[in-house]
Amino acid sequence: MAQIEIKGVAKQFGSYQALHSINLSISDQEFMVLLGASGCGKTTLLRIVAGLETPTEGEVWIGDRRVDHLPPRDRGIAMVFQNYAVFPHLTVFENIGFGLRMAKVSNDEVKRRVERNAELMHIEQLLARYSGELSGGQRQRVAVARALAMEPDVILMDEPLSNLDALLRLEMRAELKGVLAESKTTAIYVTHDQVEAMSLADRISVMHQGRIVQSATPVEVYRNPAEHFVAGFIGNPPMNFLSAVPEGAGRYRVADKVLDGPNGASEPLVFAIRPEDLTLSNDGFAATVKIVEPLGPHLLATCDVAGTMFRAILDSDMTVKHGDKLTLAPQDGRVRWFDPESQRAVA
Amino acid sequence: MTAVDVAAPAQASTVKTGRFVYIASVFLLCAWVLVPLYFLLINTLSSPEAVTSFPKSFVPEFNLGSLEFFWNFSGILNAIKNSVIVAVLTMIISIAVGAPAGYALSRFDFRGRELFRLLILLTRAFPLPLLALPRAVMFIRSGLDDTVFGLALVHATLAIPFAVLITFSLFSGIPLELEEAAWTLGCDRLTAFRKVVLPLILPGITASAIFAFVISWNEVFAAAVLTIENRTLTAFLLASLAESPLYLKFAGGFILVVPALIFIFAVRKYLFAMWGIANR
Ligand SMILES: Nc1ncnc2c1ncn2[C@@H]1O[C@H](COP(=O)(O)OP(=O)(O)OP(=O)(O)O)[C@@H](O)[C@H]1O
Ligand SMILES: [Mg+2]
Repeated sequence: MAQIEIKGVAKQFGSYQALHSINLSISDQEFMVLLGASGCGKTTLLRIVAGLETPTEGEVWIGDRRVDHLPPRDRGIAMVFQNYAVFPHLTVFENIGFGLRMAKVSNDEVKRRVERNAELMHIEQLLARYSGELSGGQRQRVAVARALAMEPDVILMDEPLSNLDALLRLEMRAELKGVLAESKTTAIYVTHDQVEAMSLADRISVMHQGRIVQSATPVEVYRNPAEHFVAGFIGNPPMNFLSAVPEGAGRYRVADKVLDGPNGASEPLVFAIRPEDLTLSNDGFAATVKIVEPLGPHLLATCDVAGTMFRAILDSDMTVKHGDKLTLAPQDGRVRWFDPESQRAVA
Repeated sequence: MTAVDVAAPAQASTVKTGRFVYIASVFLLCAWVLVPLYFLLINTLSSPEAVTSFPKSFVPEFNLGSLEFFWNFSGILNAIKNSVIVAVLTMIISIAVGAPAGYALSRFDFRGRELFRLLILLTRAFPLPLLALPRAVMFIRSGLDDTVFGLALVHATLAIPFAVLITFSLFSGIPLELEEAAWTLGCDRLTAFRKVVLPLILPGITASAIFAFVISWNEVFAAAVLTIENRTLTAFLLASLAESPLYLKFAGGFILVVPALIFIFAVRKYLFAMWGIANR
């Protein structure tokens, strides 16, 4: 049983606060993805769990043990580093087998596990090479195989697929998900690629400026972003925002329309809707088309609604062009409201 | 198009001149170093009579007479033995002190780190007499004078800055992540160092040890000042300069130069690495 409990972890580098009081519970065998923009503290949090960085405050528990004072090797973890960290003086075989040799696993078993994991990562033909003779993507796969070979309770992965080409990445992603599900490993996986996050995660923790702003299932994060930031970060393109002025009794004026909204707010709110949750109708926002981008299965129209940029995903059969006037109506049940003060969602 | 056509020959001739100057300079610099070495070589490999006679031949006779004489000259063997002992001691001391300092400089962020690095370079700013003469006095007081160990200490002072700089650049070239990866794979700090860092820097450490050896092997001033009975080869040759015959000097010079040349050639890659760092 390797559930992970992160309690009030904060990290300060000099005067810079990289993490602010992080609380996160990850259950046994869960696949948790840390998603966030560059520099938001994903690697720092992962390194704290690994024991490569000491938290300024807070506790880390793995299983039933408090581990924040333990060295990395006593934590039952394996890690895939953002810069691979493949040992240059060892062959691929010895790299993958390094941890097993340290654990005094028998030669036969080392060979068996190295070969199996190399096969999973499609590097079985590279076993005799040195890291200087590998491409970036191949090194990355060696790093993943090396961590998997340990068969750890917890595997920590820092953007392990970032250097692969699109096709291989797709394949590895599926492969990795299968392997980890089978091996009953608890995983923390760092990425800034939201598609990767969505496809792999049991739960996604969205990070922003050293905080976790939402931890939920991919669908929940997508459908019900808890914060303005999440709404503007997740989705490609992300949500549209318009300011909403209360008109009394749960009614709000949004652009030129009056809509039903949350009860009880007397201050202005922010109205949010996903581009794909807009339909053409004769009762909606008046939009002027600025840019049209055909994306294959559908068509992305960037419009102007009451002076704000507003994107809509339309059917690819539509013929719209620059300067056209559209009327876009939000679908019921897909609208989100945010408090501009606290940035939090308002129900 | 036409402009290019016109410009091309002029350009070609500048390139040619540039190339000529370049090759000539390289040639001159090589000659500067190689011609004396060549004379040293032919005179060493000539009979004592040929060395003192005139005119000189430009091809060696491959006569081992000079070397034989050198070898049998009283005190030479002892001097060579002293030179080797001092050089080996210098090597050991400078690595034992220099490598940990280099590791600390590259891995730990401590106060005054930059200043420390600068100070290391500054030790080379003082002329050797400034270091050797007070040492001589100190050594006489403490009984370290005229011992190989005392001399090795002085030579280590000369070699340590280089050892620190070379190992610093070596350790800096090894990403900390490699060590961290080893820690997550079941190593403690010491095993990680042994299994990952050491194999990667061993050639470099060897190089810096050899460099320390050469520094000590070639050093003459401190050796002459600090030793009387236990003279090293350089000090011995210097002391007997006046009374020894020409062919002895040639043979001695040859014996001094050859190991230094071979060693420096073997470790040239690491010396470049050091300059790269020292010039930064
Ligand atoms: N050792 C350190 N000293 C000082 N600041 C640091 C250190 N390590 C990280 N930081 C800072 O902490 C912040 C978070 O860094 P971190 O590496 O965790 O980001 P990240 O989310 O992994 O980004 P990326 O996606 O680019 O890898 C950054 O602003 C970074 O500059
Ligand atoms: Mg990172």
